[in-house]
Amino acid sequence: MAATPLPLEVRNIKKRFGDTEVLKGLSLQARQGDVITLIGASGSGKSTFLRCMNLLEQPNEGDLLVHGEEIRFKQTKHGREPADWNQVVRMRAKLSMVFQSFNLWAHMTLLENVIEAPVHVLGKSRKEATDHARSLLDRVGLADRADYYPAQMSGGQQQRGAIARALAMDPEVMLFDEPTSALDPELVGDVLKVMRDLADEGRTMIVVTHEMAFARDVSTQVMYLHQGVVEEAGPPDDVLGNPRSERLRQFLAPKH
Amino acid sequence: MQALIDWFTALLADNTIFNAQTLGYYGSGLVTTVQLVFLSLVIGLVMAVPLAIGRSSRRRWISLPIFLYTYVFRGTPLLIQLYLIYYGVVFFEGIQETWLWVFLEDPFVPALIAFTLNTAAYTTEIFRGAIKATPRGEIEAARAYGMSQRLMMRRIILPSAFRRALPAYGNEVIFMLHASAIASVVTIMDLTGAARFIYARYYAPFDAFLFVAAIYLCVTFAILYLFRYLEKRMLAHLKPVEQ
Amino acid sequence: MIDLHGYGPRLAEGALVTLEVAILSLILSVVLGLLTASAKMSRSWFLHRLGTLYTTVIRGIPDLVLMLLLFFGGQMGVNVFTDWLYYQFDIDIFININEFIAGVLTIGLIFGAYMGETFRGAFMAVEYGQIEAARAYGMTNWLVFKRVRFPQMMRHALPGLSNNWMVLLKTTALVSVIGLSDMVRIASEASKATREPFTFMLIVGAVYLAIATVSEWGFARLQKRYSVGFGEAD
Repeated sequence: MAATPLPLEVRNIKKRFGDTEVLKGLSLQARQGDVITLIGASGSGKSTFLRCMNLLEQPNEGDLLVHGEEIRFKQTKHGREPADWNQVVRMRAKLSMVFQSFNLWAHMTLLENVIEAPVHVLGKSRKEATDHARSLLDRVGLADRADYYPAQMSGGQQQRGAIARALAMDPEVMLFDEPTSALDPELVGDVLKVMRDLADEGRTMIVVTHEMAFARDVSTQVMYLHQGVVEEAGPPDDVLGNPRSERLRQFLAPKH
Repeated sequence: MQALIDWFTALLADNTIFNAQTLGYYGSGLVTTVQLVFLSLVIGLVMAVPLAIGRSSRRRWISLPIFLYTYVFRGTPLLIQLYLIYYGVVFFEGIQETWLWVFLEDPFVPALIAFTLNTAAYTTEIFRGAIKATPRGEIEAARAYGMSQRLMMRRIILPSAFRRALPAYGNEVIFMLHASAIASVVTIMDLTGAARFIYARYYAPFDAFLFVAAIYLCVTFAILYLFRYLEKRMLAHLKPVEQ
Repeated sequence: MIDLHGYGPRLAEGALVTLEVAILSLILSVVLGLLTASAKMSRSWFLHRLGTLYTTVIRGIPDLVLMLLLFFGGQMGVNVFTDWLYYQFDIDIFININEFIAGVLTIGLIFGAYMGETFRGAFMAVEYGQIEAARAYGMTNWLVFKRVRFPQMMRHALPGLSNNWMVLLKTTALVSVIGLSDMVRIASEASKATREPFTFMLIVGAVYLAIATVSEWGFARLQKRYSVGFGEAD
């Protein structure tokens, strides 16, 4: 056991939808400052795996430890559920997620979106949260958009705003669920740049993505998933530079 | 302009129906209508919020009784609900000897109860629809940021549902204004009651009913514009701005 | 058993009257609705304005006020008209606006406005390409309407139609106010005579609910039929 607990550890996660098992026992350890990218074809289970980490999906089996604290589960007639939802709520406040479709709250301005959870979940003062939010919006290049509503911004701006919202929680780990997949190609660059900066400053991140350049340059570890199992994992130079399996080689081959 | 005033004075002078007394009846009728509609809408709205939350609950023992309530009150004519409560009160054995009779003697109270229960049922379903239509992604984001069920309801689901419900609720307000005309059936002197009284007195159906129809039309338009204004302000966030 | 104090048969007759009023005004409102929709979609400025005026004014006035106006004012208006016919053309007819006619006319007139909006929306929801394709195969306008526009329009119109019918059904209760012996009026008389409002009002309420529930089922089946070939059918 390390002296300081790992920010996030998952062990042997299994998930079934009906009769199909989509995750067949996946594990992952995120140390402080790790950037772990999950890659794989669609349907490989990478997004489901990520969503199991903050329990937006309930895994049927497996353990989940956030900062050394194990999430407790119980069996109900609906299947396995967390034993204590308050614990889940506490845990989620430490992991903040950035979604593929941004999911900014449409009835609030960007600034209100960013301070919402810090004020109402973490109990920060509005003043403190607002100051922090403004500096974060400045960081992602949206200082002048603070009073805009989500529908009034481009997809790229919304996603950078969503990253500011995630940062405002001072999260232990940031979860990114295909953050650039819903964006027009010309807007992807700005979002990736923000994510690179975050990695450089030592944030712990778990990223589901199709951006191979990002995976190669930024991650400390790459996991290639296929049909619910980890087929290859390791440093990006090994996994992406020297793939062992034929399937991964094909996956990485330039598409036409 | 002067010609218009002259014409209007001549019109008033010429006829026996639009005199100070009948205009007084119309005036107090309008006040009664507005009171009845406004009070029932406000109380119904307050009732509808918790009912809509309960109706959206996954627990059947909460949602089923509320569903039955809205099903019955939305599925039967308001007139029947009014009769049921009005006659129910009047024919209740011994009620006339109790202190309650002080309130219930006036048909305004049974009518208010009937209208309130009716509009609460409709409003509950409007809110439930709006709650159900909350974008899934916004709920997921709230859960992912550690919001409890209660906090999420208060901060995310309800504020966004209220805005979505606004157009449908505007229709409900107009519906109640129009439905309130049946208050005259249980002897309340609302706008329609005033018109019926004046019709009976002067036997002038067009003057009596066309006039109140015009008043209802004006009030309807006022409500319509009010809601259009509210929608413009409260739904501004859904409209993209040209960049 | 519930004691109806001998009002049972009259209640049943009243229920029939309610159904008659409802069905006749439904037919009238559908006809008026189709006419209104065509007027509003027509290129004629006058027809368009007329349709808009009709739907706006009707939807701004309470049903009951319109019914009282038509019932009490209608006979006077008709008399003026028949007198004029007699003096001008020597045509002698007598038209009697009774409660039944006034009720059906009013409800038909009111819901014609709502149906108009429903049909207009539904017609506009039919993709233009569908109509173009029909024309391209040499169909006449009438054939296009009958074979393509109408059947496709119905799929979009049915939810609105069903909703209008539910509201219309409840609106029939108002005919009791102008004196027609529908089931509400009979229940109201019985309540006063027996001092048992709950018995009678609850029975009538249950009949309304039953009709509504049966119609809901019927409309669901119709919807299924008109949704053939569209994903959301089942």
